[in-house]
Amino acid sequence: MNKIKTIFKYELFTTIKRKSFILMTLAFPLLGFLIIGGFSLIQGTDGETPIEEIKVGYVDEPGGFDNHLTYGNVTLIPQEGQQAAFDNMTEGVISQYFVIPENYMTTGNVTRYTLTRELDVSSQVYYAIERFLVNNILEGKVDSSIVDRVASPLYLSSITLTPEGGESGQQGGFTSFIVPYIFSILLIMAIFTSSGFLLQGLGEEKENRVMEILLSSVSSTQLITGKVLGLGVAGLIQVVVWLISAKFIAEMASTSIGGLLSGLTIATDFLIIGVIYFILGYLLFAIIMAGAGSIGATARESQQFSTVFTLLAVVPFFFIAHIMEFPDSGLSQFFTIFPLTAPLTVIMRMGITDIPTWQLITSMALMILTIIGSIFLAGKIFRTFLLMYGKTPKLGEIIRMLRQA
Amino acid sequence: MMNNGQMSAIAVDVKNIYKTYGKKTVVSDVSFSVGKGEVFGLIGPNGAGKTTTIRMMMDIIKPDSGDVYVLGEKFREDTKNKIGYLPEERGLYKKQTVSETLKYMASLKGITVTDERIDEMLEHVGMLPHKNKKIEEMSRGMGQLIQFLVTVIHNPALVILDEPFAGLDPVNTELLKGLILELKEQGKSIIFSTHQMNQVEELCDRLFMINKGTEVLYGKLDDIKHQYRENSVFITYEGNIGSLKGVTESRQRDEYTEFFLDSNTTPQDILQQLIDRRVTVNRFEIGTPSLHEIFIRIAGVNGDGDE
Repeated sequence: MNKIKTIFKYELFTTIKRKSFILMTLAFPLLGFLIIGGFSLIQGTDGETPIEEIKVGYVDEPGGFDNHLTYGNVTLIPQEGQQAAFDNMTEGVISQYFVIPENYMTTGNVTRYTLTRELDVSSQVYYAIERFLVNNILEGKVDSSIVDRVASPLYLSSITLTPEGGESGQQGGFTSFIVPYIFSILLIMAIFTSSGFLLQGLGEEKENRVMEILLSSVSSTQLITGKVLGLGVAGLIQVVVWLISAKFIAEMASTSIGGLLSGLTIATDFLIIGVIYFILGYLLFAIIMAGAGSIGATARESQQFSTVFTLLAVVPFFFIAHIMEFPDSGLSQFFTIFPLTAPLTVIMRMGITDIPTWQLITSMALMILTIIGSIFLAGKIFRTFLLMYGKTPKLGEIIRMLRQA
Repeated sequence: MMNNGQMSAIAVDVKNIYKTYGKKTVVSDVSFSVGKGEVFGLIGPNGAGKTTTIRMMMDIIKPDSGDVYVLGEKFREDTKNKIGYLPEERGLYKKQTVSETLKYMASLKGITVTDERIDEMLEHVGMLPHKNKKIEEMSRGMGQLIQFLVTVIHNPALVILDEPFAGLDPVNTELLKGLILELKEQGKSIIFSTHQMNQVEELCDRLFMINKGTEVLYGKLDDIKHQYRENSVFITYEGNIGSLKGVTESRQRDEYTEFFLDSNTTPQDILQQLIDRRVTVNRFEIGTPSLHEIFIRIAGVNGDGDE
């Protein structure tokens, strides 16, 4: 046990002193604060400049479109025919104009002219023109409250209910997806940073031939256990730093950016599930990586070897559109339960839907079983391959040797 | 430090061990024992099974069958703490400094070393000025010496050295030989494997020769040499010796000429002839083959041309 502790301490401190580890751990929170800081800065300067007045000319061919000319910072100015409107635009009196043709009432066609290229008509101008037309058409014919309703018939708000009839804590939608989405990326990054260090470390120890010196003092099981735990704790530190800063960033974003992000909060159960899946995911991939690391002859070969498993883990990213749209489909459920894809899928689905408890339990149980199975298999692999130098064995040889081990 | 094995005079007892990889039997029915305070040579050509045998002694790999007793007992978790092992394939963490390396490696053996002990050890091999250098800044020979220090830093009762002289320059080879003899004086049991026979002759009391996984020679160095003695004499002389009666063949060696005698001639007859001819004799020795020659004879006969 003491030797496991010695290796654990050594691996933990070597890892957290690595430049790449420190950089990764701090990069995410720094980036978050930078974005929020930058956003408030832009907003701050925005507030000081006076709102620009937009002057829009119009040519009223059918006649009768005379009233309701101001909408926020958009002012509509009648023009004497198209030539006059064009002249005013080139002189800068108006920035643009539109023409209401004779047949407008039957066709609804309105043509807008402008000197600048643009992606789309600005929403302010579109809203102003639309309200201007509605107001003038219905002027005097119906009540003003009816005019308002015709112009904006719908302010839709959706509420997700629990089966008991109460309001659900998770309301879905964009804000609740963005957190799991970013988190799933971070989770995968954390898992693969730590297990990648493990893989690299084992590869280097084989390459440098430190391995046999280590094995003359400790057993292969002690060595791997110490390494897996040491790097795991380093990874956990990284995840905890990210989670804590994420909670701060989310709150700051919610108040300072507002708008789309005003509902941005991170639920506690999400954090707990996140940590559980980090631990399970890390253990699973660390053991797989350790196995791959002991088979490859050099760090680079081991890395190539493990790519297969890395790809499997990120498969859910390829199906992200599907998972977002059908979070409860058979495929989404399969990815939730299949141990290699579970960590990523669970975190992604949690934002969009309530994952049934049985699926979470099955997924965790299967992961734990796979981890135990991998430990058993990895034990055989270490004994057989840790001291095999020179060349990476072929798949056939690996299988034959494992059968004999 | 000889605490646990004191009840027996045997440091290592290997009994009928076998190891097979796939269809290839690497070690087959190997048995030997190494006494306390003895320098024991494990010799054989490359690929003969030396390293595999040592790894089984170190419990790094398990024999398919057979037993290994170290310091009087079966391998236990703390047995590794009593052994210093210098593997053939050896290296250190490149980014660690010399003193960090020594500290960490000692801690893996379950002991905490003081800075004084580290300084003392480095001083002993003349490497104290390099204490805070990183391993990657060391020359190859210096790295090898550090590895040797790592092997003995925990003051083990048993030291196993696998090809300790491989890749060492003559100066460091002499230094290492001196260190090994020091260990012997301290009463430690030493096993070392090599394919360089001259090292064995200089250092070993007894030896085990392995070829293709099986025992070919086992016993005291002197006994083995006696057993393989040829009917020949080594002579260093001045002047013309002419042809000697009863000599079938003569071969010029580095420092002497070896004369092979027919079965009816004794070395005494040759000496008499030399005296009669008034040849100045600087050396006259009953021919015992060098271990190197025995080794080549055995390894060569068995068809393994390596070394």
